[in-house]
Amino acid sequence: MSEWWSYALSDFLLFSPRVYRRMFELHNGAVWPMQVLTLATGLAMVMLVLWRPRGHGRLIALFLAITWAFVAWSFFSLRYTTINWAAAYVAPLFALEAMLLLVTGVLFGRLTFDWRGVPGLLGLLLVAFALVGQPSLAPLMGRPWASAEIFGIAPDPTAIATLGLLLLARGKPVGLLSPIPVFWCVMTGATLWAMEAPEAWISPAAALLAAAGGIWSGKARGGQGEASQR
Amino acid sequence: MSLRHPSRRAILAAGAALAISSALSPRALRAQSTESAMRRIPSSGEAIPAVGLGTWITFNVGDDPVLRDECAAVMAAFFEADGRAIDSSPMYGSSQPVIGHGLAKLGAPSGLFSAEKVWTSSGPDGPAQIEQSRRFWGVPRFDLLQVHNLLAWKEHLKTLFEMKAAGKVRYVGITTSDGRRHDLLEEIMRREPLDFVQLTYNIVDREAEDRILPLARDRGMAVIVNRPFQQGALTRRLEREPLPDWSAEIGASSWAQFILKFILSHPSVTVAIPATSRVDHVRENVAAAAGPIPDQAMRRRMANHVEQL
Repeated sequence: MSEWWSYALSDFLLFSPRVYRRMFELHNGAVWPMQVLTLATGLAMVMLVLWRPRGHGRLIALFLAITWAFVAWSFFSLRYTTINWAAAYVAPLFALEAMLLLVTGVLFGRLTFDWRGVPGLLGLLLVAFALVGQPSLAPLMGRPWASAEIFGIAPDPTAIATLGLLLLARGKPVGLLSPIPVFWCVMTGATLWAMEAPEAWISPAAALLAAAGGIWSGKARGGQGEASQR
Repeated sequence: MSLRHPSRRAILAAGAALAISSALSPRALRAQSTESAMRRIPSSGEAIPAVGLGTWITFNVGDDPVLRDECAAVMAAFFEADGRAIDSSPMYGSSQPVIGHGLAKLGAPSGLFSAEKVWTSSGPDGPAQIEQSRRFWGVPRFDLLQVHNLLAWKEHLKTLFEMKAAGKVRYVGITTSDGRRHDLLEEIMRREPLDFVQLTYNIVDREAEDRILPLARDRGMAVIVNRPFQQGALTRRLEREPLPDWSAEIGASSWAQFILKFILSHPSVTVAIPATSRVDHVRENVAAAAGPIPDQAMRRRMANHVEQL
């Protein structure tokens, strides 16, 4: 792209805010009543984290993988691509995240979850926001409930919930599983910023919180390691 | 009752009144308006209306049935107002199938002047993309095909000139936007026998006046003006201010008409293509081409006024 410095963020916006909002309305109508299932899955994952039964890591990874695969196919490939050709390039990324969750969390069972500690509480807060807060944004901002962005249906709450769950997770794959949700939070923030949407800061802020929690968690574990060596 | 022969003065007065009323009759005004609303394509002499319809963002509504019908209503109003030129691109998301939906709903309006673009970095992929675009529109052929933003322009221009020679397209052009790559645009305009160039020009983005617009006139190329309202940013900014009283002198009743009249008063400009998703706006836009067109003194006054706001 020549003279790239002369482009503003809004130059990359292909659609109007109205079309973008109505897209969620149409999508919710098309996949109904999947919302009930995805929200139930989200709640089930929170329960699994809190109760930590045997095999909880594999189950959470499986639920998340299915969710990411569904959003890749139903939202990006079938819906968003009708107004944004770039969505066709994001769909494989969401599918890749699903694959990574399947391989690392389900196949190799390398993920366990623990909510204790400050990062854990922060993670639970992010998951709670993704399940309850994000869908409430539509009516709070004067838009119909039908245009609500719901975990497992829309990408933003899916990415935020995943970042929250990764803050609760233990295991090496966490570093591998974080970049794609963070990337999406930045992308969606840029899109909403270009549309001058008041909630543009939310997803990037969630990614920042997750990053801060991840650093805290890493330091805490490092400190525990040093203490145990003494 | 006595009959009196009319006096010479009375006959002269009646004659003058008749002449004035004829000159100001709706038919005469319409003829004047129609004349200013039409422009000639230099390479052919064909006349087209000076205000067309852009589709960037506004027609990218995906498969939303309500919004698709709204776009069809905009197209219906555009054709009812004697508009003809509709411009789109493969880059504009779902705009092409939405245009196709509108054309099918309106029964393929005969006045359509279809302006499309080829937008791919691969020269060999150009013909397939053009054919896909044609299917989306549902037209037998395009009137104008343009190389979008000069992308792979050498390969695509070769294809487009071959298509023109074979009668598969009537006119060939190139496009750029927001004042980008004017050096290359100028070079291509000097080298290639283009029918059209498309660029951004409005009352605040006037870079094209220096070289590109005079060159288009010298080379006998029609000029399509995109982003006349800076994607709505310019009209939104100006609408905070009152329209000057003297806008009535040029027949502008809104800032959109004020801006369009400024654009259309440049002698090199053939068509401006404002994009809108509103029926009232499309009517207002097309109406801007009718009536008086600003002269040089008025253009300076208009530009100075906007600059001071």
